[in-house]
Amino acid sequence: MSAQKDRWVSSLVFLLFCASSIPRSGSVGLQQEPSPQHYFSGLEAGKASLAFFTPGVSPGAQPFLEQIESSAEALQDYGISVVKVNCPKDDVSRYCGKENALRKAFLFRGNRLIREFPTDALFDVNSIVANVLFALLFNEVKYVETLADLENTENVLKGKSNMVFAYVPATGTAEHRAVMEAAFVYGTVHQFVLTTEAALLKATSHDDPDVSSAWLLFCHCQQATDPAQPCRRTALGQPLTLLNIHRHLKLMGAPLVTEVAEDPEKVSTVHLQLGLPLVFILSQKETYEADRRTAEFVAWQLLGKAGVALLSRDLVDLNVLHRSNIALKTPDEGMPIQYLVLEDTDEVITLVEDKNKVKQIQEDEQQEEEEEEDEDGKENNNQDIQDDQVVEAVSRDKKRELPLEQILVLTEENFHSSLSEAARTVVLFYASWEAVSLAVLRSYSEVAARLKGTPGVLLCRVNCWDWPGLCSQENVTQFPTIKIYKEGQQSVTYDGMWGTEELSSFILLSRVPCPLKLASMDEAEGYLRGEFPSELSSHHHTSLLGVFSTASSEAREAFEEAGNILSGHVRMGMYFEDDALALSQKYSVSPPALLLARSGGRSVEGIALSKHSVQDMVQMIRYELLDIFPEITVPNLPRYLQLRKPFLILFSAGDISQMESKEMLKLAERRAQQAFVACWLNLKKTPVGHGILRKYFSTTPSLPVLLWVNLHAGGQVFRFPPEHSITEMNILSWLEKLQAGLEIPSSTLSEEDWKPPLPAYDFLQMMEPSMSELSPHASPRPGDIPPVPHPPKSPGEDTAEGDTATREESSQESRAEEVGSPGRDLRGTAPRLAARDKQGKRHSEL
Amino acid sequence: LGLALYASSLCTVSGATFLYHDYCVIGAGPAGLQVAYFLQQASRDYIVFERSHAPGSFFALYPRHRKLISINKQYTGKSNSEFNLRHDWNSLLSHDRRLLFRHYSRDFFPNADTMVHYLEDFASLLKLQVQYNTAIIHVTLEKNEQAWNGHYFLLTDQDRKNYKCSSLLVAAGMWVPNVVNFPGSEYVEGYETVSINPEDFAGQTVLILGRGNSAFETAENILGVTNFIHMVSRSRVRLSWATHYVGDLRAINNGLLDTYQLKSLDGLLEGDLEDLAIVKDKKGKLHITLRFYLENRNISAGIDSITLPQDELDNFATRAPYDRVIRCLGWKFDFSIYNRSLRMMPGKGNIKKYPQIKPSYESKGTRGLFVLGTASHSVDFRKSAGGFIHGFRYTTRAVHRLLENRHHGVPWPSTVYPITQLTNSIIKRVNEASGLYQMFSVLADIILLRENATAFEYLEEYPIGVLAELEMQTGRKAHSGLFVIIMEYGRNFSGADKDVFYYNRAVGEAQHAWQSNFLHPVIYYYKHLPTEREMKLRPPEWPLPRPDAIHHIVEDFLTDWTAPNAHILPLRRFLENCLSTDLRNFFAESCFLFAFTHQKLPPFCQQGYLRMQGLVGSQELRHHAVQAGLLQDYTHTDFSGDRPPDSHDGSQEQLMRDHAIPVRPLQHLVNAKDE
Repeated sequence: MSAQKDRWVSSLVFLLFCASSIPRSGSVGLQQEPSPQHYFSGLEAGKASLAFFTPGVSPGAQPFLEQIESSAEALQDYGISVVKVNCPKDDVSRYCGKENALRKAFLFRGNRLIREFPTDALFDVNSIVANVLFALLFNEVKYVETLADLENTENVLKGKSNMVFAYVPATGTAEHRAVMEAAFVYGTVHQFVLTTEAALLKATSHDDPDVSSAWLLFCHCQQATDPAQPCRRTALGQPLTLLNIHRHLKLMGAPLVTEVAEDPEKVSTVHLQLGLPLVFILSQKETYEADRRTAEFVAWQLLGKAGVALLSRDLVDLNVLHRSNIALKTPDEGMPIQYLVLEDTDEVITLVEDKNKVKQIQEDEQQEEEEEEDEDGKENNNQDIQDDQVVEAVSRDKKRELPLEQILVLTEENFHSSLSEAARTVVLFYASWEAVSLAVLRSYSEVAARLKGTPGVLLCRVNCWDWPGLCSQENVTQFPTIKIYKEGQQSVTYDGMWGTEELSSFILLSRVPCPLKLASMDEAEGYLRGEFPSELSSHHHTSLLGVFSTASSEAREAFEEAGNILSGHVRMGMYFEDDALALSQKYSVSPPALLLARSGGRSVEGIALSKHSVQDMVQMIRYELLDIFPEITVPNLPRYLQLRKPFLILFSAGDISQMESKEMLKLAERRAQQAFVACWLNLKKTPVGHGILRKYFSTTPSLPVLLWVNLHAGGQVFRFPPEHSITEMNILSWLEKLQAGLEIPSSTLSEEDWKPPLPAYDFLQMMEPSMSELSPHASPRPGDIPPVPHPPKSPGEDTAEGDTATREESSQESRAEEVGSPGRDLRGTAPRLAARDKQGKRHSEL
Repeated sequence: LGLALYASSLCTVSGATFLYHDYCVIGAGPAGLQVAYFLQQASRDYIVFERSHAPGSFFALYPRHRKLISINKQYTGKSNSEFNLRHDWNSLLSHDRRLLFRHYSRDFFPNADTMVHYLEDFASLLKLQVQYNTAIIHVTLEKNEQAWNGHYFLLTDQDRKNYKCSSLLVAAGMWVPNVVNFPGSEYVEGYETVSINPEDFAGQTVLILGRGNSAFETAENILGVTNFIHMVSRSRVRLSWATHYVGDLRAINNGLLDTYQLKSLDGLLEGDLEDLAIVKDKKGKLHITLRFYLENRNISAGIDSITLPQDELDNFATRAPYDRVIRCLGWKFDFSIYNRSLRMMPGKGNIKKYPQIKPSYESKGTRGLFVLGTASHSVDFRKSAGGFIHGFRYTTRAVHRLLENRHHGVPWPSTVYPITQLTNSIIKRVNEASGLYQMFSVLADIILLRENATAFEYLEEYPIGVLAELEMQTGRKAHSGLFVIIMEYGRNFSGADKDVFYYNRAVGEAQHAWQSNFLHPVIYYYKHLPTEREMKLRPPEWPLPRPDAIHHIVEDFLTDWTAPNAHILPLRRFLENCLSTDLRNFFAESCFLFAFTHQKLPPFCQQGYLRMQGLVGSQELRHHAVQAGLLQDYTHTDFSGDRPPDSHDGSQEQLMRDHAIPVRPLQHLVNAKDE
């Protein structure tokens, strides 16, 4: 018997996988024996055979014969021969003579009869194999009927060997056969216990089981030491087939946790060979013990579903995220190992248990990682990255030494004395840390270079970071501020564009009084021609002359006041000599009047002054200074925007053609309409216009292009049909259609609010845990943290002696030692790297 | 009412003559002179009463060994006068630059006589109204509905002269020595009278009671000549560099710790002084025993009958007899001159030496009575610097501002800025403000947002303890949310038992700024002014209730928070997210583009470019911006217009994300405070 078993065992794996390839002497299939005598004489000791006796042809046994014939092959694999013995007609021996014996099959070992089977128990191959093996493996497979029997068996086995407990709804089924076949192979290794009692099924499985399906438990009794506790059990999750049982038992036999110290790509375990995933717990030297326990805990949970390996990061150089704590290797060829960051052992289990979820989590994880990287990115790449063009430009330029020799540095000590050195002192108040100030300082240095040698102007600067008292004394509350000090007069604060051009012009214009009192008709004429005063002759600017009769003092005063306000921006003269009337009449107006000599053309325009309040005057002068058909540039746009009207704007690649200019001017000159600003933009001079066109049309359209832009209402952009020529009439009729709503806008200006470009660090949220955290120990420290938070209980405690509570305590204590103590003793001397780590942001002391 | 009172500056009540002033200040010490200066500047009717013939009489005697332990920094490498006050602990605030302490002494730890001299100059140069040789010996109240606070304060001096005031500012300091009574305390010499000549201690064994700076200063002085010195106190020694509290033991005085820890020569002991007893033996030596033993003592028997602890415990620590016992237990407020109706009550617990006051420095018992200077330290005892000149010069100014608002309708001074200046105004203040720095976690700058967050109002150095009452106390309105800017140490960083030198004590990266340990700026954002209840229920150790958002500017080794990427950028992001707007700066060209492509413009363009104040920028700068991918360069655009649309339709923001080059912080350098 035992020799036989040995042979079975030795051939078993082979047997199972190449079921038909057992090399055996003799023919495969049903043997025919001419007579009982012949049969019995040929029986070998220890060899099992199933025999049936047939008196020729019996019609009733026919289907049975077919089944038994087909089972012969299967039984042969187990060394059982199936023999059909022909009964001679006159034979009345034990097997041939009795009528009912002919309806039975007989199992012999050697020549000893083991069992006789009624043919109705052998209804098919499964039942034949199952019953035959069941009979043969009487010792190896224990049949139990009651829970007590089961428990007894279990108790006996404790500490000795493991038990395989199977429930089958009935004997002779495919499941029964599978169990028996497995028992044939593993019977010597594990104790097999079989039942058909539904009660036992209910007692051994957790939820309400389905009594019509079979059920197999692997009971780990070998390690069990506590007589009071049942053995730890691992159910077979799949249907009971020989292959599944075999796999299951094979897995139960594999080591719980495999320790590996090589590249996970190269690792292969029985799990992978059996088509199951392998979970790596990434461990570190410091946390080895804890990780080992974690791994064991996980391994128990995953027993039969996946393998668990403990991989020591210290031994293997992994090129993965430091905070990854889990790796998953799937049996599929070519699938890369996934490195994951999981918070909880449950996550590991779900990861494996739900195969679908593997993918899901993987994707999520990837996404999360992307997001994380995104987040990290936001932190490291985006949030930390300067997205302020001015600040970035200034900091990129900070190494360049500015040519500031021309600019006098003022301090609290020399400020007041310096002011008296020149007729006009220009002072830039700035802060050396503030980007806009520094940008202006650069333009200011260019102004200084440009104005070098200009008499009567001294350029100075005050760094308010050095001299806050001086700055607040000079009423400078924001940076940058430029003030122009004239001896004995109130200082003027510059309120124009922070550009070299504009600032230079302002300083130059500020040198002459505003308005400039002209003493004679000659001066006045010279002034209008741009020749007087000589300081400004090189300066092309629209000249504005107020002409007042001696009587119109009210208007004159307002004009003077307006001059103060517009000082530096506008070239203003004033004439109120006796012949003022003559002068004004020359331009067909009567005083009080404004004479306007536009730069370039030098045709003089006369405008009667009707309003006498300063504010109106300023507004009117500003308005009159606007061009009728201006070229829009970056510096002058705001002036036209202030009109708050739609723009009819012609984008041109260079200068506009005479014809277009003429037509547009005609259109613009209908000033009565005044409903829009007609203007043009030279893309060569104002290349940013390309940006505008791209925004409107995605690509730069063929130029020139005429657009109607509703800047202030609705933001629609309409394009003048390119097939039409730009003439006054065409435009007017197009505008009518526009007005009537017959045109479709090409684009609409974004209505979006200017929201924060990127989020801020959410310190409140980061601080939140620390607000509620009482013990410094509770805070994990990244360097030492076990990759996976600990299971609530160490594995083995379930089955070990009852005192789990103390065990747990001690395990937690030991954890505290590993994890908490550096925090306790060294007060957060976490390595720098650790502090960078995500989890490490929680400070052990906070 | 004010005029009426001026007119009857001399009034007669029930026979006695009262000299009337709006404000009476008791004490011409640093705090008294400081508030006098502010009252004078505001042209208020005030008088300062000083019992001595000169200001700062406390400094004429104390510290006994004449060395002030408040630092007087000559050089900081900076000319910023406000910043330099951070390291000038002796000057009072004034507009007169002559009155900076560094003009009076070149010593890092100046002599106390210099302080007396300085205070004399301060009072005389600024022509402060001080009435010397006037000791106020009694203060009482007179109910009057007309009065500012419903009552007048009636003061009586040593000559029975009477004074009447509407508001009483107590800057009397803490000058009553703390005394412990136990059997044998008659053998104890007081700090105020003990000899300061080390030769008087030659070869003696000395026990010092107390563990403050005066105790250590006394020990320091005689350390070289005594046999040994023991110091007894109830609590453990608190080193100021560990606690970040200047009132704790300063390093300059801690020579005794050296000999104690190195050579077990001198020593510190913890014990309750109340339990002590001292007995003198026949040789005049003083033995320490316990009160407990003396209670059962037979009076008639001599010293020999007294049980000494060493009789039972033969290694009792203080078994060696002492030649002298010196008491250095500090001072307390003089409560005796206040009539009970004023309800000037001592504080509870470790602040019992101080009178009870509110965070607004107003007495809890009497409206209109404010405590200034050292005596007001209960507000921030063992936390900030309110008990010291460099702290209370600011709290005094705060009280003056509260009074100006309350009695004269002058609201708290403030400046209104456009929102584009928000980041700048904060950066400016946290870098230079001295009041925020000295009175960390007590005084705060407040930013009150105007509607639509287009402008804000900046209030400096408001006491955060009365944040809930801000509108009432300052006369300013907080409709649309507010920022509170304070300076903080890392929580749990400071403490007597803490190791403040541990590795990685400093944070270098902006994203970990909330873990900063050293003094650093913290900005709290509230959508609504916190209520009194919220103030009360704030988390323990928090100076303020839970805000809607909070920002820490990462600690800096140089306390220079002007780094564009580490300091200003995260702050801007925080402010942007609180206000839900874009606070970036833009060159005029960008604003031009936005004006044609957006219906709305970012605040910088709105408040600058659109008002004709666009930032044109130099060629180089625009070039840098283009290189950084933050500005599109259109000059070299081809006109064919067949570029792939995606290369340009994503506006500037897209470009920014694509082209921005990461700025990697230099790990080891930014983390400066470690090494």
